[in-house]
Amino acid sequence: MLDQIKFLLDITRTHDIVRRYFVVNGFDGALTMLGLIIGFIVSETDDLAVIINVCLGAAIALGMSGLSSAYISESAERKRALGKLEQAMISDLGDSAHGDASRWVPLLIALVNGLAPLMISFLILLPIWLATSGMTLPLSPPYAAIIVALFIIFLLGVFLGRIADISWLRSGLHTLLVAVVTAVLIYLFTGH
Amino acid sequence: MVYVKRILLDVLKPHQPNALEFSQAIANVGVDYRVHLIVLEVDENTETIQIEVTGSTIDFEAIQSTIKDLGGSLHSIDEVEVQSEIDPV
Repeated sequence: MLDQIKFLLDITRTHDIVRRYFVVNGFDGALTMLGLIIGFIVSETDDLAVIINVCLGAAIALGMSGLSSAYISESAERKRALGKLEQAMISDLGDSAHGDASRWVPLLIALVNGLAPLMISFLILLPIWLATSGMTLPLSPPYAAIIVALFIIFLLGVFLGRIADISWLRSGLHTLLVAVVTAVLIYLFTGH
Repeated sequence: MVYVKRILLDVLKPHQPNALEFSQAIANVGVDYRVHLIVLEVDENTETIQIEVTGSTIDFEAIQSTIKDLGGSLHSIDEVEVQSEIDPV
């Protein structure tokens, strides 16, 4: 199964697209959760159930948006690429690996694009869930969620650094800086 | 019984899968296939290749099917070597 996925990504040369979608939408998910949770802190909301429901709603919406938008756009791209290849080959490639790829690769990319923000959001919400299920955390659950969000954003930067073959620490700190700037902007424009 | 021992095929294929993956897939069709692939011409989206397959009993249909599965198109069979053998009892 994994070999087949790798093969389909190989022949369509879409490894980098999958990676890009994962980072871009994962980053979207993490920053959205960060923004929502800071918004709740500024609003001095104590009701963790409200925080979870609002964040979960946003996470599901981000996931569905990522899934549908990537599927629609990638389906069109793959169909176009297959048509171009069929023209060059002067044959129908529908039953070949290229035909399979044009059907399965958009779905795979859509899953990555949809699941990346959803899974990252779940991880960020984990401390709040643990608090609601009775676990005692060393700090307030929203602040713990913010630390998780910052850590994930840093990890996304590290991942990008390794892809670009540059310093992972520098790349991680860059993405972390974006998150800090976002947090500062939220504090500046809210809480009045 | 007549067995195919060697075939030389002229094939047009997309750039992907590449020559190595293409020849590996064809070699994988039989247990003792030896594949020799030469890229003759490279265009914007396609490449023309020459594949030589040798083995004790070459299954041409299976090779043709693999070429099609990989997106290739068989243009011609350029050389064939067959041998008649007495079937083992």
